[in-house]
Amino acid sequence: MFSYVMRRLGVSLLVLLGASFLVYMLVAVSGDPLAEFRESTKANKDQLIAQRVELLHLDVPAPVRYFIWLGGAVKCVIPGQCDLGSTLAGQPVTTALSTAIPSTLQLVTGATLIAIVVGVAVGIVTALRQYSALDYTVTFVAFLFFSLPVFWVAVLLKEFGAIRFNDFLAHPVISGTAIAAVGVVSALVWPLLLGGSWRRRGITALVAGAVGAGVLYYLGVSEWFLYPGLGPVLVALTGAGIAIGITALLAGLQNRQALYASLTTVVLALIAMYALAPLLEQATLWLIVLLGLAAIGAGVLAGYLFGGYDRRQSMKAAGLTSFLVAGLVLLDRFMQSWPAYVVATRGRPIATIGSQTPNLNGDFWTSGLDFFTHLVLPTTALVLISVASYTRYSRASMLEVMGQDYVRTARAKGLSERVVVTRHAFRNALIPLATVVAFDIGQLLGGAVITENVFSFKGMGALFVTGLTRQDPNPVMGTFLIVGITAVTFNLLADLAYSALDPRVRVKA
Amino acid sequence: MSTTERMTDSLDSQEVRADLKGMSQGALVRKRFLGHTAALIAVALLAFVVLIALTSVGIGAWHGWWKYTWQDTPKLIDGGEPTLQLFPFSLGEHPFGQDSVGRDYFAMTMRGTQISLVITVLVGVISAVVGVSVGAASGFFRGWVESVLMRFTDIVIIVPVLLLGAVIGYNLKAGFVLLGTFLGLVLWTGMARLVRGDFLSLREREFVDAARLAGASSGRIIFKHILPNAVGVITVNTTLLMSSAILLETSLSYLGFGVKAPDTSLGLLISSNQAAFSTRPWLFWWPGLFIVIICLSINFIGDGLRDAFDPQQKKVSLRRVKEQAQVDVPAPLTAATAAPAQDGGTTPEPGDGR
Repeated sequence: MFSYVMRRLGVSLLVLLGASFLVYMLVAVSGDPLAEFRESTKANKDQLIAQRVELLHLDVPAPVRYFIWLGGAVKCVIPGQCDLGSTLAGQPVTTALSTAIPSTLQLVTGATLIAIVVGVAVGIVTALRQYSALDYTVTFVAFLFFSLPVFWVAVLLKEFGAIRFNDFLAHPVISGTAIAAVGVVSALVWPLLLGGSWRRRGITALVAGAVGAGVLYYLGVSEWFLYPGLGPVLVALTGAGIAIGITALLAGLQNRQALYASLTTVVLALIAMYALAPLLEQATLWLIVLLGLAAIGAGVLAGYLFGGYDRRQSMKAAGLTSFLVAGLVLLDRFMQSWPAYVVATRGRPIATIGSQTPNLNGDFWTSGLDFFTHLVLPTTALVLISVASYTRYSRASMLEVMGQDYVRTARAKGLSERVVVTRHAFRNALIPLATVVAFDIGQLLGGAVITENVFSFKGMGALFVTGLTRQDPNPVMGTFLIVGITAVTFNLLADLAYSALDPRVRVKA
Repeated sequence: MSTTERMTDSLDSQEVRADLKGMSQGALVRKRFLGHTAALIAVALLAFVVLIALTSVGIGAWHGWWKYTWQDTPKLIDGGEPTLQLFPFSLGEHPFGQDSVGRDYFAMTMRGTQISLVITVLVGVISAVVGVSVGAASGFFRGWVESVLMRFTDIVIIVPVLLLGAVIGYNLKAGFVLLGTFLGLVLWTGMARLVRGDFLSLREREFVDAARLAGASSGRIIFKHILPNAVGVITVNTTLLMSSAILLETSLSYLGFGVKAPDTSLGLLISSNQAAFSTRPWLFWWPGLFIVIICLSINFIGDGLRDAFDPQQKKVSLRRVKEQAQVDVPAPLTAATAAPAQDGGTTPEPGDGR
């Protein structure tokens, strides 16, 4: 194992060296760094040219320049000695990278996580209901998302998700057509999701249509869009729904202790919602993280105390429920700060560019809202285009697993369908996905070049593209180095993870 | 319920029937592909788009049937609003509207579609050829050939495509044909890896040993014996590559590294008109619509091909299986074949005679 990892690392190093040389040469022939001065009529033209030549070592041929750059880059192994050159503006590349990387991570991490969770969930469900109307619809939608150019989606989102939505928020009057449309859509979607006989689907459609239209009408009348909030009743109802859903999935509803434990955590969360309200006024990020951990702890404890014939199941179900319901309470608290935030942004809450509103100076809640409203559109764009491939992958993988002999055996020995799916099939279906996910995470730092461009995020992608358009070799090489190293590392991790998860696969020791 | 496994059973029995009729592999694939409704619709749609893109504004010296070319600047009519009417159908003077200078947007979109299509085809062909060659050589010969070729593949994978676009844009202002060629020269890596994997397993099979014992040369084994077995993977992956190539081209053009003015492409049209969204939204909708149509049909064709080449993995038209099963299959097979067609949780147990 050790020798395999060492050999892979050695080879990866060689690959990186080769690729970096190739990239350096390509950057060198991709433009003339002196072009902006050649046409210049400034008096100090020659001096400017000489400066630039000295900065980029243009007096020596490109291969030699590469080794000068490499000499600086190799020193990165020693902490504090890193020298990746500087941009044309004179900023050291390491500084530029240290601001770009967090910005990119901010943008891409959330989007990737959401895409993975949603994609896997949808893929599994469609695999379990292969050839249903739901399956066909999801397949079509997945292909449609595959085929969307991201900048097209991004521009549409900016227009409809931000500009027109902000206009709507200024006068939140919901028209009869909108209510009817929402009613029709929910009447179409819910029967697809729930399935069943035609009679059942018809009833579902009627109920869902009426409820959908009714909820929207109520939201409009009660001015919910101006003063959003969940309130204790909605938190309790949604919380109970979550508790039942999670228990049904993880422990089965016949495990009463697990169900009671989960429901108890919902009650605890409701109490905490009021008991902690004064404390939350002066919230900080650490306090929230701490409270989140406390919520999980309380849930696990509740599960432990209720026990039951499978204590672990109760603890798992209650812990997860508690965490999710705590999230609901948090969401409610954020919503309470929404009117103040709308005022702070002069009535245009959803942002179209950048990563924060300048000079906001709000408390934790407003700046948190600011963070979300800036991320919501780029994240949506990224999720839309990347969720499709996860759906397809997990569907294919799940279908294959469901056809395996051990699934048949599990059914034959009388296990419930829930246990067959969650314990036997789902876990094994995740193994091939681990590779894909690791590979995608390796690509994360590359940033979403186009999304960053459309939404004016100053991340890695923007650094790379600006460097490229200005014939500025050092930032291009800097971003390439970071992206290359993470990609190579995560590829290695993907292979190791695969062999760890699936004992049938052995690495060549 | 366990629809999946019975699926496989039913497919096997379908296979058996086909074998009884003595169909060749190619005929089987063709038959399965023709049974895939979505793929057939996609083929028709793509053919339609290709046809109007080629004939309307013509190629080179030939002018096509549309009255304007993509460079003409006729007078602005009615603020450049699109005149296309679906019912009753009429094209009008400018079906897709006009841009701010008055150029006919239908002609421009068609020209953009042509270029995007040419790039797509170039990328598909070139990357398929290079990828298959590299993958086949490394998978078949193994040893140092494999090491060198695969490390080279690794290097090409991590070189950013944008950079290549910038290099081509700066040095060779010759336009879209070169762009497509160069994109093809970097996008073959996934294909090479897949083909290598296929070759690695196929070369251990008995028929390869048999061919070698019969005195076949390496070239003959590769081209006559192994490659035909890998053709499914290659075809499917090529279509996927082509659909991603069309998106890549539009992205590159959008960032200014792809097709450049005065020539045009679908990505460039969107990019140059995105600021006009609130005043002239049609400048934004039409090219996007064509990108989606082309890409979507290629994806569906790829899906149909995958099903056709690899029936174990995916679906065939279930209704067709069921109908045929009821028409021409002897009685004992019917129960097993008809069962999976009634899916959605109401699958009867096999043998209950439904």
